[in-house]
Amino acid sequence: MKMRRFIVNTACHILLAVLSVIWILPIFYVILTSFRAESGSYKSYIWPRGFTLDNYINLFHGNNNINFTRWFTNTLVIAIFSTALSAFFVLCVSYVMSRLRFKMRKKFMNIALILGMFPGFMSMIAVYYILKGLGLLEAGVLKQIALVLVYSGGAGLGFYMAKGFFDTIPKSIDEAAYIDGATKWDTFIRITIPLSKPIITYTLITAFMGPWVDYIFAKVIMGNDSQYYTIAIGLWTMLEQEFVEYYYTQFYAGCVMISIPIAILFLLTQKCYVEGVSGAVKG
Amino acid sequence: MGNKKKKAQPVYDRPSDANISQAFKKGNTITKASFFVFGLGNLMNRQIGRGLIFLALEIAYIIYLITFGIGALGDFITLGTAQQGEVYNAALGIYEYSAGDDSMLCLLYGVITLVMTVAVVFVGCMSGKSAFCTQVRKEKGKHIPTFRDDIRSLKEENLHGFLLAFPIIGIVCFTIVPLIFMILIAFTSYDHEHQPPGNLFDWVGLDNFKAMFSQGSKLAGTFWPVLSWTLIWAVFATVSCFILGMLLALLINRKGTRAKGFWRFMFVLSVAVPQFVTLLSMRTIFNANGPVNVVLRQLGIIGATESIPFFTNALYAKITIICINIWIGVPFTMLSTTGILQNIPAELYEAAKIDGASAATIFRKITLPYMLFVMTPNLITAFTGNINNFNVIFLLSGGGPDSMDYYYAGKTDLLVTWLYRLTITQKDYNLGAVIGILVFIILATLSLITYRRTGAYKDEGAFQ
Repeated sequence: MKMRRFIVNTACHILLAVLSVIWILPIFYVILTSFRAESGSYKSYIWPRGFTLDNYINLFHGNNNINFTRWFTNTLVIAIFSTALSAFFVLCVSYVMSRLRFKMRKKFMNIALILGMFPGFMSMIAVYYILKGLGLLEAGVLKQIALVLVYSGGAGLGFYMAKGFFDTIPKSIDEAAYIDGATKWDTFIRITIPLSKPIITYTLITAFMGPWVDYIFAKVIMGNDSQYYTIAIGLWTMLEQEFVEYYYTQFYAGCVMISIPIAILFLLTQKCYVEGVSGAVKG
Repeated sequence: MGNKKKKAQPVYDRPSDANISQAFKKGNTITKASFFVFGLGNLMNRQIGRGLIFLALEIAYIIYLITFGIGALGDFITLGTAQQGEVYNAALGIYEYSAGDDSMLCLLYGVITLVMTVAVVFVGCMSGKSAFCTQVRKEKGKHIPTFRDDIRSLKEENLHGFLLAFPIIGIVCFTIVPLIFMILIAFTSYDHEHQPPGNLFDWVGLDNFKAMFSQGSKLAGTFWPVLSWTLIWAVFATVSCFILGMLLALLINRKGTRAKGFWRFMFVLSVAVPQFVTLLSMRTIFNANGPVNVVLRQLGIIGATESIPFFTNALYAKITIICINIWIGVPFTMLSTTGILQNIPAELYEAAKIDGASAATIFRKITLPYMLFVMTPNLITAFTGNINNFNVIFLLSGGGPDSMDYYYAGKTDLLVTWLYRLTITQKDYNLGAVIGILVFIILATLSLITYRRTGAYKDEGAFQ
């Protein structure tokens, strides 16, 4: 019996090790190539012939086409503003849906469900023209405001996750507050919000990551204004036919550069993420 | 519904209680007039603040209608009549450029005017209801809320209105108006031959839908294969990630597994990297000259100049994409299932062990049903998400390999990536809109039924 358990345990660990290698290998390849000294794109070998830091250094001393620092700050600014706005929207809507009862509640939830079923960028063209009509596509800075609005405008529809979390906070806590004379607004600000750190963090992270990973909306709105590109469009540009031979290794360096902050952020808040997924009160 | 209480006679003294038909039936002249002259009932009863807000909204709308709205509605029906072109100016003896109508803008302004009209009708109903409530309160001799009371109520019984106002404005501007606009485009001739402002387009009724489904046409010959691949992809992607992710979570959470945190970290790392980075690197890794093919060549599995067509052969491309999606999706499922697995009541397992159940039975009878119960909403979202999974396809294969039999689509194109091509590359906005509507219909029928059946939707108050 003991022998059998040992074999099963060993087999499991070996399986895990093999799987981990599969999951780590591509990431390792990205890092490896980012340090490769030889320029050019595809090589007939895996292990670089030489190592260098130039790919990273060139990234920050870019010419007109490739301006990584600029792209990075662009994305950061857009991400911060759209995170604030969309977290506000999401928390408001999900609190209302979870805690307050009013006539249109069920209707609103059904409409949100229905709207979520249309492909997100089906409306992209119309959004583009609306923004143009508002005069938000005239200058680069305005385009950035437009992008913030695009990322956070419809955020209120993504309330399901946070609503599910609020649902798990016992109602008796709210009722105790009402008895003490708190208004519903007080209850929301002073009780529900402080109790919901995991889901707030989750909402903030997901909203923050949006601008870093979105390609399509950013591309449609920014057009060819490469000064105002976000990271995603910038990196994509590096892989285009006319650039790939020249920027291949720099592309990987760029990937590493933006993955590190996002990965750290993600790992730091992973606990909140799992807690947010599984509810406020443990069974 | 066990206890049948006698329905209490409604007391109409709060706006949320009143309904429109009651207000019309029992309201006095001023109340009825309030439906048309906004805020009249409030103004007559010294609720100046509330009344003025209603009135100001109506006046603003009327000014909008006179200066712009009526013309916009007229253009909305015709979608513009004057084509851009050159007009001969006899006086000067030269051809002059004439701007003409922009059908696109006609449609957009029409939609905006319509949405505003709906909003104003809604405000009108609110005004009527509000007047009715004031009337009832006055008849009963109750206190008529002042403007200060109204503002205070935003923190209490009207908190939902206060909190929802801004999100709803956002949703209307950036989701609903654009959606209505695109849905309407499906019924026009806005394709690559009718591009405003150079050309006008017009309403064509159901012609686009007919073209999409007509037997033997190239469009229909593209739609059905793309649709079936979309469904196959969504099923495989959802099921594989769910099952493998759950198994991985179980493997890590086993009692015998050492260093759980370390293993979890190894997999979470790939989630932490931004998705488009992984996708773009995967595209280069599986490129014809990418590292995977290089390794295979060096191992002698394929010839020195050969390469496995990971993205250039239709079947290979499909398999590759599903496999890469597993690589991306499994850690996600593992993360979310870990929390739920830890939440399964331990008593269940203890009881099962005392009864002598084997590990397999425990999994089948306890873990799996529990997981399915909790995860069903997630699964449905994942499935709909996969049908609309633009990023994976677009960044990996870009829909390719392209096919000559298809109407501007590739063998791995999903409906959404085809939509993208039709609108952005091909500028057939009307066909793109038709696809969008069809995707919506598919998703709506699939998920509304299943979603409403799940426990999470029915007893949302179960834990409260």
